[in-house]
Amino acid sequence: MANDVKPRVRVPKSAKAGESIVLKTLISHPMETGLRKDSSGAVIPRAIINRFTCEVAGKMVLDMTLEPAISTNPYIEFEAVIEEAGDIKFTWYDDDGSVYEDVKPITIA
Amino acid sequence: AAAIPMTAYAAVEEAIATFTGGAAVGDAGVTLTAPEIAENGNTVPVSVSAPGATSILIVAAGNPTPGVCQFNFGEAAGAQAASTRMRLATTQDVIAIAKMADGSFARASSEVKVTIGGCGG
Repeated sequence: MANDVKPRVRVPKSAKAGESIVLKTLISHPMETGLRKDSSGAVIPRAIINRFTCEVAGKMVLDMTLEPAISTNPYIEFEAVIEEAGDIKFTWYDDDGSVYEDVKPITIA
Repeated sequence: AAAIPMTAYAAVEEAIATFTGGAAVGDAGVTLTAPEIAENGNTVPVSVSAPGATSILIVAAGNPTPGVCQFNFGEAAGAQAASTRMRLATTQDVIAIAKMADGSFARASSEVKVTIGGCGG
């Protein structure tokens, strides 16, 4: 099980209208590949975050599919265009059905 | 390079074919940035950029399962570019395939030498 999953995002407080800003996200997660074995030789079942999405004011920025080859504590960096003040919503989808969310407001400078 | 089982090659070709639908893949238009040498295969930074792309697929040709990730860019994307960190089991080629808005495909690849493999090997 994925315990202590903690999403962290870095978002500027404000942006100019139409400006492209860099968003950085990190979520603490073991990203168990399903390929490793424990000390008794039993395969440790796969448990990863398989999808990540980011929306700005309801518009999709990035919809990403993650495979087991993504590192522990997945880090994702990308850019979004900010047209108006609103919420930036980050969502991570876990193999076990959990959904982790973080929302950051942004204003127009 | 170490011998890679044929099944692994087949899996790579299959992953790419699933993404492209068997269409021809060009060379220009996508940039893949990965280190030449990665000391730790558990966390290898990788960046892709393909102006005008709708999605970019990253494949690690020498991993037990070749898929790494797929970025699908939406209408509010600031640039068709993204960075993440991946695991590499061994020294291998990393391949990025971009699907452009006009339906064409572009490919870039880069060899990464891995000193200590990831994926729990």
